[in-house]
Amino acid sequence: MPDATRPDRVSRPFVPRLLRYVGLAVLAATVGSWAVLGAHRGWSQNRVPVNQVDEITGIAYVTYEERFVPGIDWLGAGSALAGVVFALSFLPRLNPNPSNHTR
Amino acid sequence: MNKTILISLLALSLTGTLAAAPATYDFKDPKGVNAIQFHLDSLLEPISGTASGVTGTVSFDPADPAATTGRIVVAAKSLLVTNTMMTEHLQSPMWIDVAAHPEIVFELAKLSDIKTEGNTTSATATGQFTLKGVTKEISVPVKLTHLADAFGKRLNKPELKGDLLVIRGEFAIQRADFGIQPGKNEDKVNPEVKLTLAIVGGAPRS
Repeated sequence: MPDATRPDRVSRPFVPRLLRYVGLAVLAATVGSWAVLGAHRGWSQNRVPVNQVDEITGIAYVTYEERFVPGIDWLGAGSALAGVVFALSFLPRLNPNPSNHTR
Repeated sequence: MNKTILISLLALSLTGTLAAAPATYDFKDPKGVNAIQFHLDSLLEPISGTASGVTGTVSFDPADPAATTGRIVVAAKSLLVTNTMMTEHLQSPMWIDVAAHPEIVFELAKLSDIKTEGNTTSATATGQFTLKGVTKEISVPVKLTHLADAFGKRLNKPELKGDLLVIRGEFAIQRADFGIQPGKNEDKVNPEVKLTLAIVGGAPRS
């Protein structure tokens, strides 16, 4: 009969489950922020070009707006981090109490 | 009477001479519009950016465009792309090396194939182009538009008299010709760099 009041028995399923939730949250946050901030399919930008036209000369020129637009490198890094966190949940747990091995 | 006619003729001829004289246009634009745009195909997406630190002067006479001379300088440190890390990479010794070669220069030697329609002159500009310390002669198609009496209007100061000269051009260079990663990373970054020039210079008159 398992004893649910023992801390090692209780934490065993909790930590992997937490890691999986964190991994999924990181993935969702990464994809969500990428989609909301423009779904840019190139490299991330931290200044965005804005096309302007000089009225008198008709010259088309570019100014930059300082804001972050995540690109596919952002998606890649976020997905990799989510994958690592998710994978950690499958690692065998190190037993903090060596005396358990002798039982 | 004869004296009056003589003075009038002299004044007329002097006015004519002044109007035909070439003016020197300063390309350090007070409105900060001047820039060279560059564009090169690359893996994932094209790399596009600007270099806005344009200075220099061009001497231009609408009555004699063939006599046009000038020097346009671009501060290499003003090269900018949309990503800070890529900008630093571009300015590093591996690519443009802005610390060692702070200026990109075009020294106009002559205009040829000149065609003028209204206030716009189309021509081929030949001159010495210096990039990353390498100087080569290049010929590029340009359009020069002379906007008479537009200097003050553009700055919202109609009391300022003067003309504007707009220079537009589009050309391509091979980065290897200027020692920029010759033969390297050609599968990732195209060896050809497209440059678009659209700059305005002002010649105030007192």
